[in-house]
Amino acid sequence: MSWLTDSPLFPLVLTLLAYQAGRSLQARTGHALAQPVLVAVVLVGAVLLVLDVDVADYRDGTALLTFLLGPATVALAVPLHRQAHRLRGLLVPLLVAVPLGALVSVGSAVLVARGLGGDELLQRTLAPKAATAPVSIALSGENGGIPQLTAALTIVAGILGAVAGPAVLTLLRVRSRTARGIAMGSVSHGIGTSRALAEDRTEGAFSGLAMGLIALATSLVLPILLALLL
Amino acid sequence: MITGLTWLLGCQLVGEVLVRLTDAPVPGPVVGMVVLFVVLQVRRAADDVPVVRVSDALLRHLQLLFVPAGAGVVGYLSVLREDALPVTVALVGSWVLGLAVVGWTVSLLGGRER
Repeated sequence: MSWLTDSPLFPLVLTLLAYQAGRSLQARTGHALAQPVLVAVVLVGAVLLVLDVDVADYRDGTALLTFLLGPATVALAVPLHRQAHRLRGLLVPLLVAVPLGALVSVGSAVLVARGLGGDELLQRTLAPKAATAPVSIALSGENGGIPQLTAALTIVAGILGAVAGPAVLTLLRVRSRTARGIAMGSVSHGIGTSRALAEDRTEGAFSGLAMGLIALATSLVLPILLALLL
Repeated sequence: MITGLTWLLGCQLVGEVLVRLTDAPVPGPVVGMVVLFVVLQVRRAADDVPVVRVSDALLRHLQLLFVPAGAGVVGYLSVLREDALPVTVALVGSWVLGLAVVGWTVSLLGGRER
């Protein structure tokens, strides 16, 4: 039986089946909670626990999917290309709002975690969670956090956006499509962007752009803020 | 499909090389995104171009690609149980704050058109 856990076939098929289950649940219920990534993470997590599979083995087996995050990030140029005519008037708002967002995300995560008794390791692990997964993982490692835990927390931040982002933005009275998209990409990276793309083309394009910019801004801001706060 | 995929991976490679040459604190794929954006703009690419079709297909299933990293949370359940309160409140709190600050700032500075 050990060939089953040694080969990437089992992790890949498990992940694809769980994702398909999430998609069909989303199609059937249309509920905001039925995000394919959320359903799939819960199903895969449960199977790993029940079968007592080593998470590191699962991660190695699914390296193929994780690798595709790179080209998928490059692909975000396409929705942006379609919305390029809107970009000109938004340069100043983008260049102000996104760095501000990075400061607020990193700063508040660190301060709140500390205020509630989280240790320094936890604060460093939480700090980069708004940046897209490959970036937050690298930043966590470079700045003294636990990279794999940062990865998981990053996914949770993304799922939060996919599930609740549009509703919270409406509560906050953010109505313009561009502002909604930029806000979504700034706090929920690719997963938020996938929901934004489903909501509206403009929202999706700007969410993708903001996701790229926030990754850049977080990389620049994080070491400085951590040095100041910790 | 192969033509489109070659474009995507090629742009990512260019991005990674640029990042390493300049030592910039930017992820390579993000630079690759900018490279592809410039190419698409210069060529005024239409929707039937291979790289556009592959990109659309890949982005339709973007959530799938995050499942492995998310499922990794299983390895940290005990840490999370111990620090449940700071983790949850810091994560959700800073997420809402970030969303509000960015959304309001863009609205205020002129992202008004619908």
